Amino acid sequence: MTATATPKSGTPAAAEGVNVTIDGVEVSVPKGTLIIRAAEQIGIQIPRFCDHPLLKPAGACRQCLVMVATPDREGNVREMPKPQASCTMEVSPGMVVSTQRTSAVADKAQHGVIEFLLINHPLDCPVCDKGGECPLQNQAMSNGNAGSRFTDVKRTYAKPIKISTEILLDRDRCILCQRCTRFQEEIAGDPFIDLQGRGGGAPGGAEHGMLPQQIGRFDEGVLGFSGLGEGVRDVAETDNMVGPDGDAGLLSGISYTVGSAEMDATGRPFSSYFSGNTIQICPVGALTSATYRFRARPFDLVSVESIAEHDACGAAIRIDHRRDVVLRRLAGEDPAVNEEWITDKDRFAFPWQSLPDTVKTPLVRDEETGELVPTSWSEALALAAQGLAQAAADGGVGVLPGGRLTLEDAYAWSKFARVVLGTNDVDFRARAASDEEAEFLGHKVAGSSMDVTYADLESAPHVLLVGLEPEDEAGTIFLRLRKSVLAKKTSVTTLAPFATRGSTKVRAAVVTTAPGTEASTLAAIAAGGGELAELAEALRADGAVILVGERLAQVPGGLTAALELAGATGARLAWVPRRAGDRGAVEVGLLPGLLPGGRPVSDAEARVDVATAWGLDGDRSLPAEVGRDLATILRDAGSGDLAGLLLGGIDVEDLPGAGEAERAVREAGFVVQLEVRTSALTRYADVVLPVAPPSHKAGTFLTWESRPRPFGQVFATSSRSDAQVLDMLAAAMGGALGTHSLESVHRELSELAAWDGARQPAPSVPAEARAAAEGEYTLATWRLMLDAARGQDGEPYLAGTAHRPVVRVSAATAAGLDAADGDRLTVVGPLGSVTLPVLVTPMPDDVVWLPLHSPGSSLYRMLGVGSGGSVRLEPAARATTGEVLR
Amino acid sequence: MTQTAAPLAPVLSDIWDADKPWTLRTYSDHHGYEAWKHAIRQEPASIVEVVKNSGLRGRGGAGFPTGLKWSFLPPPDGGPRYLVVNADESEPGTCKDIPLLMANPHSLIEGMAITSFAIGSNHAFIYLRGEVVHVYRRLLAAVREAREAGLLGTNILGTGYDLEITVHAGAGAYICGEETALLDSLEGRRGQPRLKPPFPAVAGLYARPTVVNNVESIASVPGIIRGGIDWFSSMGTEKSKGHGFFSLSGHVTRPGQYEAPLGITLRELLELAGGIRDGHQLKFWTPGGSSTPIFTAEHLDTPLDFDSVAAAGSMLGTRALQIFDETVSVVRCVTRWLDFYSHESCGKCTPCREGTYWLRAVLHRLEAGKGEEGDVDLLVDVANNIEGRSFCALGDAAATPVKSGIKYFREEFEQGMHTPAWELFPYGANALFTELAGAAR
Repeated sequence: MTATATPKSGTPAAAEGVNVTIDGVEVSVPKGTLIIRAAEQIGIQIPRFCDHPLLKPAGACRQCLVMVATPDREGNVREMPKPQASCTMEVSPGMVVSTQRTSAVADKAQHGVIEFLLINHPLDCPVCDKGGECPLQNQAMSNGNAGSRFTDVKRTYAKPIKISTEILLDRDRCILCQRCTRFQEEIAGDPFIDLQGRGGGAPGGAEHGMLPQQIGRFDEGVLGFSGLGEGVRDVAETDNMVGPDGDAGLLSGISYTVGSAEMDATGRPFSSYFSGNTIQICPVGALTSATYRFRARPFDLVSVESIAEHDACGAAIRIDHRRDVVLRRLAGEDPAVNEEWITDKDRFAFPWQSLPDTVKTPLVRDEETGELVPTSWSEALALAAQGLAQAAADGGVGVLPGGRLTLEDAYAWSKFARVVLGTNDVDFRARAASDEEAEFLGHKVAGSSMDVTYADLESAPHVLLVGLEPEDEAGTIFLRLRKSVLAKKTSVTTLAPFATRGSTKVRAAVVTTAPGTEASTLAAIAAGGGELAELAEALRADGAVILVGERLAQVPGGLTAALELAGATGARLAWVPRRAGDRGAVEVGLLPGLLPGGRPVSDAEARVDVATAWGLDGDRSLPAEVGRDLATILRDAGSGDLAGLLLGGIDVEDLPGAGEAERAVREAGFVVQLEVRTSALTRYADVVLPVAPPSHKAGTFLTWESRPRPFGQVFATSSRSDAQVLDMLAAAMGGALGTHSLESVHRELSELAAWDGARQPAPSVPAEARAAAEGEYTLATWRLMLDAARGQDGEPYLAGTAHRPVVRVSAATAAGLDAADGDRLTVVGPLGSVTLPVLVTPMPDDVVWLPLHSPGSSLYRMLGVGSGGSVRLEPAARATTGEVLR
Repeated sequence: MTQTAAPLAPVLSDIWDADKPWTLRTYSDHHGYEAWKHAIRQEPASIVEVVKNSGLRGRGGAGFPTGLKWSFLPPPDGGPRYLVVNADESEPGTCKDIPLLMANPHSLIEGMAITSFAIGSNHAFIYLRGEVVHVYRRLLAAVREAREAGLLGTNILGTGYDLEITVHAGAGAYICGEETALLDSLEGRRGQPRLKPPFPAVAGLYARPTVVNNVESIASVPGIIRGGIDWFSSMGTEKSKGHGFFSLSGHVTRPGQYEAPLGITLRELLELAGGIRDGHQLKFWTPGGSSTPIFTAEHLDTPLDFDSVAAAGSMLGTRALQIFDETVSVVRCVTRWLDFYSHESCGKCTPCREGTYWLRAVLHRLEAGKGEEGDVDLLVDVANNIEGRSFCALGDAAATPVKSGIKYFREEFEQGMHTPAWELFPYGANALFTELAGAAR
């Protein structure tokens, strides 16, 4: 494969320069460069509103008008009679551009346009969220007139309208640049808002029944349609939004009269996981977020660049805070990772870090009442040290750090388990997992450098997704794939039970795969021939990529087959976990068979290597046996074989099984918990040690690519990171962990980085045949991006944009149960049942899908099974459509 | 026709007085489809050449050479190419295509067949203004008749050439007369102008090479094929050859369609039309619809061809001659036009959307005699800030009447600072229809 690959350096680069003169300055830019970009390169800023470097040119606002002259056939440079929009016109050889700096005509044109933009713009600036960081405000100052000549009546609208629970729109502030609609259509693929109406309208709004052009969603309540007949209910829901006169704000998107065509698949008005970006790119204050509206002035905010903690994508963000309160988060700019876009979860889901259930002081059990009571660090550490030491001596301590740690904290956990507790009973995976996955991670992932990156996805001719739904589980990957697919550079195939909206938006070919059959499907692709021959061929192309999600761990033989397929086709394979800390945890060996840097526990040389770096000598060596994994730790802790547990950030709802996990923690001997917030497991802890949420500490997340994403501390607080707490705990137990500072951790990490010895062997697990009993259905499920996760706590506006939980079945299954779209269906598992509206979906007849952990659909707790499990279906009592839509 | 005026040149209107001229039978009785039967046996390229050499210029307003436009299509690549006829006639004053399609739809169908054949298109579209339902029906009937007669459809006249014509009714937006907005609307999208390049010749309808022509341009093609280049160029002037409709409306004795050689003057046309209505004099007029700068009596002898009109500071446009006599307030007239442009601005670009909003507000103030010091200069400046700055030509069109109105009748606008227009020019005096005279204002 690599031998036949053509060297990439041989391709003609964008070196083909075009020489142009802008304001007398000559500059050479690549062919196809827009004038406005060429001007930027020599430091000339042409004012603009609709222009955005990542969106297609629109030429709508006309703010960037410049004079352009080009050579004619004889070579005489002739100026075009009209000023040209520099955001739409590409440079041509010999072009001479005069911007507002050198051309009086261009300057007057720009002054004219900004005056036009301002005649109907309200003087909201003193109360507008955008005031102080508003391109319209700024450019009105830099390129506008000092006074206003407009003395007539402005166009007004009722304001604001809600276009989702999270996004508010003040139409009178809007300058109709279409950045938001272009973003939603071109980037996110969710055109839930669009232009409607026509022209500038009249002061009172509509003229001759024609609404002025405005941004909106299809909502009769706003559009003012009449004659829709009986049953038209206007927007009437009480809401916490107040209109300009203290009356209830206009609601949009709640109207029950919206027809089915305008609904998204889950039966609610359309929404988007990426809608928050429209607020950020809005060049005025027309789009605001319900969370941030009227909360702060930009010039009072302190901004800190950071990295989002909600997935393994490592999106750059900016955190704005004031007096130690985070008020909002924005997308950071990083062309190599998230460009300028982030998910709504990364943008809005930050209140969890400062909710009232945050643990502020250490907690210990009161000897008399048995209640958890606050205490001093010294007492808590002493008690924890004593209990852990005893437990370690009695039968051992299982270590479950969770998947949300920074690289540095994860390292401290790994070292603490090995050095202080003397155990390999450590597993970061707080989710469905398998031995096969642990082997896969040790073999393929740990210690590997950045093999597949976002840029590789963008240049890959083909990408195969297995056990991964990027729109839900890795939003940044989704956006990058979509960008590349729309640019016709990449095609995508996904192994999934049905075509999701996300896979439709990346135009993915769907290889319909029931949960559990992924392994055999992958093997069939590798074997070649048949219907999948074309796919195998596509994976043989230079640069092809296979992305496997963490969910593939639940399919026996799945990861084995993925490795074999990659080997057979030459496609590169990358593992995409869901949580921000997962990739880093693998790197530092938070697995029972793995030490830092991909060193196998079973390799004596590797153990010596690590022991040396950790300064262990004499009789102090690293445990040589491969430890217990998540399931075994829980089982043995519950049965008493393990005498203690050291828990990190673990949500019991994430743990597979039918309640065994919680029972195990309850029965466990001595439990120490390091947590940001009290959780369902806190009630079983003997000692709770508070640790810092991401904004209270500095650290590094590793992305799924293995790209380090360091971030700084937002606040000066007394909170301690996991690494610092573990360092203190080690000291209390008479040892020294050396993880009190990032510097010391980084020093050790760099010592442990390069392991050139053997990796863990590749997993070799055969695919299992699926056997569904009569009347049983195989459960397909995964986490939606916005669901019932604790990370979204405290953000009701964001929660309102989540997809409604539905149960998806095939048409034949639905017919067999006499159920139609909107009817309710009950899914029954070993523990109980879940009842949700039905959505008939083209999918295998013996498969049923519902979300893993959404409101009213938390499957481990409610059903007791997860993906691949067996469930039964029962029709529920019929409900009216209106109730379902609520 | 007893006067000494320049002769009319009835070509497309020649059979309007025949029995049911919209039927295939009547059209065929008057040499209908002879040109098509001839053309379909020719080399397509030779037809393009003939139309190019005839000097036919676009009749939609801009006057771009029609044959040249066709020749801009890239060479055939095996994929579809389209002819789209712009029948979205909605400029104030313009009323030539609708009567033509009402009376003689087959002239357009025949022209479309020849043009489609010449440019290698197998599917042609008519984008018709949606309000004219009667014309829509007539066009549908004409297409059906032609299809049943084997003049359209598959294997036409045994030559193996296929052509379908789709008649599409728009939803009533002036902007959809702009060719790229028309294409977006025809594709089912919001009708707003597209960025150019790519031009429609390269990526038009459904991103395929497309020719967009006006009704009258295409309807003139059969005559050129049948009559020949010499016949066609014997009419008109050096650079504006052929015949065209001159639509006289307003304060003339006999308003209507006058099909005449290009280069005829308003003086000659007025003689044909029986002059200004009795007892009144010409005050101002538009040579080609409301978006062309107005003319006054001093332009009575300006030849109405593309270049002469341009040299006199206006545009030939659609040859929609709106005639206003001395009873008409220019302020009122311009205000109504701006009402139209403001209402029809699509809203895409700032200068047109906001500029027309502003102009309209100031004009209404002036019409009511409530103007303020500096309003007239403000109008000119705002119009200048629209003109040449907007995304498409609609913005320019909106600026034009304001600027030309002030140029010739500035004092009337100045009077708007103290006296309402209806006091200076009682509205009842210029009403053409008595029942409206009482309700005027």
